[in-house]
Amino acid sequence: MLLIRCPYCRADRPEIEFRHGGQAHVARPTDPSAVSDADWAAFLYFRDNPRGPIAERWRHTHGCGRFFNAVRHTVTDTILATYPAGEPMPDLTAMTRPEGGR
Amino acid sequence: MSVARTPDGGRIDRSQVLRFRFDDSNLTGHPGDTLASALLANGIHLAGRSFKYHRPRGILAAGAEEPNALVTISRGGGRVTPNLRATQVELYEGLVATSQNHWPSLRYDAGAINDALPDGLLSAGFYYKTFMAPAGAWAGLYEPLIRRAAGLGEAPTQPDPDHYAHRYAFCDVLVVGAGAAGLAAALAAARAGRRVILADEQAELGGGLLAETALVDGIAAADWVAQTVAELSAAGVTLLPRAQAFGVYLQNFVGLAERVTDHQMVPHPKAPRERLWKVRAGQVVLATGAIEQPLVFPDNDRPGIMLAGAARSYALRWGVRPGTRAVVLAACDSGHAAAIDLAQAGVSIVAIVDPRADGDGAGAAASRAAGLTVRGPAVITGTSGRLRVNAVTVAPLRPDGGTGPAETLACDLVLMAGGFVPAVHLFSQARGTLRFDAERALYVPGDPVPGIHTAGACNGAFGIAAALADGFTAGAAAAGTVAAEPAPAVTGEIVPRGSWRGALPHGRDPRRVKAFVDFQNDVTARDIGLAVQEGFRSIEHVKRYTTTGMATDQGKTSNMNGLAIAAAALGRPVPEVGLTTFRPPYTPVTFGTLAGPSRGPLFDPVRETPAHAWAQAQGAVFEDVGAWKRARAFPHAGEDLHAAAARECRAVRDAAGLFDASTLGKIEVCGPDAATFLERLYTNSWASLAPGRCRYGLMLSEAGFVMDDGVVGRLAPDRFHVTTTTGGAARVLAHMEDYLQTEFTDLTVWLTSTTEQWAVIAVQGPRARDVLAPLVAGTDLSEAAMPHMSVRTCHVAGVPARLFRVSFTGELGFEVNVPAGHGLAVWEALHAAGQAFGLTPYGTDAMHVLRAEKGYVIVGQETDGTVTPDDLGLGRMIGRGKADFVGRRSLSRPDMLRPDRKQLVGLLTEDPHALLQEGAQVTAQATPVRGTAALGHVTSSYASPTLDRSIALALVANGRARMGKTLYVPMPGGAQAVTVVAPVFLDPGGSRLHG
Amino acid sequence: MVEHPEASLAQTAATLAAVHKQTTVAHAHSACRWVLRCAAAVTPELAPALGCPLPMTINTATTASERAALMLGPDEWLLLAPEAEGAALDTAFAETLSGYPHSLVDVAHRQEALVLEGPRAELVLNAGVPLDLDITAFQVGTATRTLFDKAEIVLWRTGADSFRIETARSLLPYLRAMLAEVLTELSAE
Repeated sequence: MLLIRCPYCRADRPEIEFRHGGQAHVARPTDPSAVSDADWAAFLYFRDNPRGPIAERWRHTHGCGRFFNAVRHTVTDTILATYPAGEPMPDLTAMTRPEGGR
Repeated sequence: MSVARTPDGGRIDRSQVLRFRFDDSNLTGHPGDTLASALLANGIHLAGRSFKYHRPRGILAAGAEEPNALVTISRGGGRVTPNLRATQVELYEGLVATSQNHWPSLRYDAGAINDALPDGLLSAGFYYKTFMAPAGAWAGLYEPLIRRAAGLGEAPTQPDPDHYAHRYAFCDVLVVGAGAAGLAAALAAARAGRRVILADEQAELGGGLLAETALVDGIAAADWVAQTVAELSAAGVTLLPRAQAFGVYLQNFVGLAERVTDHQMVPHPKAPRERLWKVRAGQVVLATGAIEQPLVFPDNDRPGIMLAGAARSYALRWGVRPGTRAVVLAACDSGHAAAIDLAQAGVSIVAIVDPRADGDGAGAAASRAAGLTVRGPAVITGTSGRLRVNAVTVAPLRPDGGTGPAETLACDLVLMAGGFVPAVHLFSQARGTLRFDAERALYVPGDPVPGIHTAGACNGAFGIAAALADGFTAGAAAAGTVAAEPAPAVTGEIVPRGSWRGALPHGRDPRRVKAFVDFQNDVTARDIGLAVQEGFRSIEHVKRYTTTGMATDQGKTSNMNGLAIAAAALGRPVPEVGLTTFRPPYTPVTFGTLAGPSRGPLFDPVRETPAHAWAQAQGAVFEDVGAWKRARAFPHAGEDLHAAAARECRAVRDAAGLFDASTLGKIEVCGPDAATFLERLYTNSWASLAPGRCRYGLMLSEAGFVMDDGVVGRLAPDRFHVTTTTGGAARVLAHMEDYLQTEFTDLTVWLTSTTEQWAVIAVQGPRARDVLAPLVAGTDLSEAAMPHMSVRTCHVAGVPARLFRVSFTGELGFEVNVPAGHGLAVWEALHAAGQAFGLTPYGTDAMHVLRAEKGYVIVGQETDGTVTPDDLGLGRMIGRGKADFVGRRSLSRPDMLRPDRKQLVGLLTEDPHALLQEGAQVTAQATPVRGTAALGHVTSSYASPTLDRSIALALVANGRARMGKTLYVPMPGGAQAVTVVAPVFLDPGGSRLHG
Repeated sequence: MVEHPEASLAQTAATLAAVHKQTTVAHAHSACRWVLRCAAAVTPELAPALGCPLPMTINTATTASERAALMLGPDEWLLLAPEAEGAALDTAFAETLSGYPHSLVDVAHRQEALVLEGPRAELVLNAGVPLDLDITAFQVGTATRTLFDKAEIVLWRTGADSFRIETARSLLPYLRAMLAEVLTELSAE
């Protein structure tokens, strides 16, 4: 079970208090009617699946209830950073680190 | 006195005798014994039959690594645990153990015929090769046969009556293993003032120090242990004996399985059998020790052949002489240490056979000084004895690897000292990389893992002195300090030096010998060679093909030998061949421990509505809706569910019904932008909804599919009372919070779940107003004052209420919301008031029929996540003037506009009393050609008492264009012809809503 | 499981230093409850009506006489008061907050509370609560939403050895049964 730092509670809290919410920084178009079918489909269904750090939405469901973003390394499953929703995405390339283990 | 017990010594309480049973034998032992030590004390080595060949097997080890002596312990009353290692089972008065995998008995096992089968029949990958033809015979013939012949203990057949506990625990430093290194690490951390947990799988803390003749700090090793444990206890360290660390997970989350009562004769009836500790540690010190490896030589598996260190432990810790005449095969100096201590215990050491070219070191010198015979370099080339070893052949080992003339030595005990392998399992689980120490031919922890420290033998620091020093260093590092004082001095120890990896030369025809590598899965050296010969290169493939290391012991005594043999066959160095992955659990963990209290009534919360007790007293039949219990129907005496629901339906249509709708999700949406927020979350319009009115809302996912629906009432300009489906309550709130927090951050709105604040009682039917009116204060219920789809705050039965004029039956109806604590009283008041008007409580069965007669959909029944509003015929719910709401853009994607989308229709069977099956396919032909796609499926189907015929709702491709057409629904008894009709069977004009 | 019907919100707060021979769980008295959502800047306005300042540190509680405010989110407070004061406070809150954007929702009947007291309270809770409850990590006055096994709870440490646990009305039987199981298990030690 991961420990996840909630940026609102400012504490490391156990994973079971949280819900994963998919990739972060996928903004809903401000005017969906102006978006082409292809772009809308991409918005709805296409997500990154990198080997390495990815910014994800998490919600502290059984805690403060806030959505926030976390950078998680998909190989080591370690959470490298958490930050409030709305803040810019950190530089992921700087967060790639030795993967360790298998 | 048992036959093989030493006259004194050992950590057993000789003043007490414990009686126990092993198969048909009644035996005795002492407190402090394990089942294995007690068996050996009774002269019993034969403890089980092997997995494939059913060869007699004895006790090999003295700890968790035991591959052979697996037993079933029965405590009566369903308390049966198979596959326990006899080396870890503590003896108690009345213990009943049975050996496994034999028929008819341990001594005479018919399955042993497998050992005499033609060469290769059960060799590596046999199940891929031998039993292939004829096709189909595998499942019916071979598999059952193999499963019966090969296997472990039998799974218990009765429910486990024990209970199991869970506990989260937190500490600064968790030390795993309480041997020399672990005790030292715990001391260092405790002296630095840290919160420490010290866990060890054995009943007594001390590890190898409990079977040791060396002195620590000038006192007996065991006394040093006692002194240290006392200091730790005084320092507030949590001491956990009998606690196996079975898994290390991310961020130092460690699973410990503590055996709480298995060692007790009569456990406290309320005590848990085992407790799962979920430990979150700041730092972890792994002091898990090392595992002595067997040596691979022909017939190395007979009872009486065991690990040297284990034999030494049996002598020193348990006062057991595991034999009378021993031959020691010592590729490691631990063999010498064992020989010296066994000789001291009265075992005659026939010879110490050392295969090493450089074997003549400190160990050999100590043996000679003790007057023991050391031969070397030499090997054992074979053994004899059916149920117990009775002789070995020993041959000199020539420098070219060949063997010289063999000599037979009579003996009843053979000790194997193959060298130690660090128990790096937990370190590896913690994603630590391993480094191959070529000089000692073993893997040790490599690059450090943050927060994880290794100490002692598990770190490659062999010997007590080295382990203590390493432990102090690691403990101090874990505590964030440096060791303050030097480790205590150790005198008189023989440090385990040396090893032999892989098969020993034997000079015999390899096709005619079985030299075992993996005792538990019956894998021989030749099997591994065969796998390489057949083209397997990766050690992970060799493992799976030969099954070496795949048994319940996970190769604790076989992986390194298997790896060395594979490497030799491949002609590559060991580190290039790689290493198989260590995965949790280190030793098997019972399901009960993992499940903990989550079983029976505590498996999952059961949620009951405020009026549940009333319904129960009325004999209601309940169904599970999520975690909720909902009344399906209130059958009268002699009524079945169907008859009850039919009666309840008629009551609602003819008079009035009372329905518990408390499980509906409720969300209070408040704030200046509340209406705007709802505009964006629901398809229809909210800005125009006046306070005091309510509206049916349809909620879509962003992909455009219906995800929930419900009535929303506007209580004030900035306050809405939103309802959701029962199952959708949590999901809808999360969906709303998601958009509110992450997309529509421009809005000032707050959401509060009020599902459980309100008990909801629906009063439905032509007499609903008559029932309700006398109980209502503060509002006028008349059609003019309170029309359909309005909401009022008022008092009902003296309780503050939110009263909705809504209907999910098609009848005049109200839904009374009162604070949950008043729910039962208000229900009872309404029920009493309604008696004069024929008011009848109804359940979800009747509710389903009533709403289907009206064509009202249920999200999750008519919808499945691929259904749009238009598919349901609810296109009118899309706010015409709305530019955007969640899901809107998706509704114009090409696929959503396809003309052949499935649309909601009604189906009427040709035979009015034929009832379609929900989920049945709808087809164009009575007997469709194989491969023809169905047109859709039946979503709801009921016998309608009002219409005196069956009705069904279905999703059918282009269904609205098929009105009046005949389609078919294939059913088990033959296809039913159905007519497609509009999905409203009763009162399409809606006049009944007005009473 | 020992019933302890006298336990009330006020007494719970008052028993900070009480040394109990036994660890007990009891049903707390009925209470008024509101969920207040608003900007943090608005909360000082409410303090006079409530009788105590609202906490401004997330996951902490403030108390005054028999009332309490628990800050469970960055803009979320759970307000507790004795049942008899409900109507008066309702009015006072409404008056105070009018003019400020806010959400005040009565949840008195949404939740129920248990009071757990005694030297082994931490141990009992850690059977299902995944948080470090050591007094240094979870100090007196800490209050947070979390889980007890499968039930969401609000856990408030009212004293060194006393906790108030709020949970949804329908989850109370589950929570009580779980706590009873743990107390039974500990009684065997």
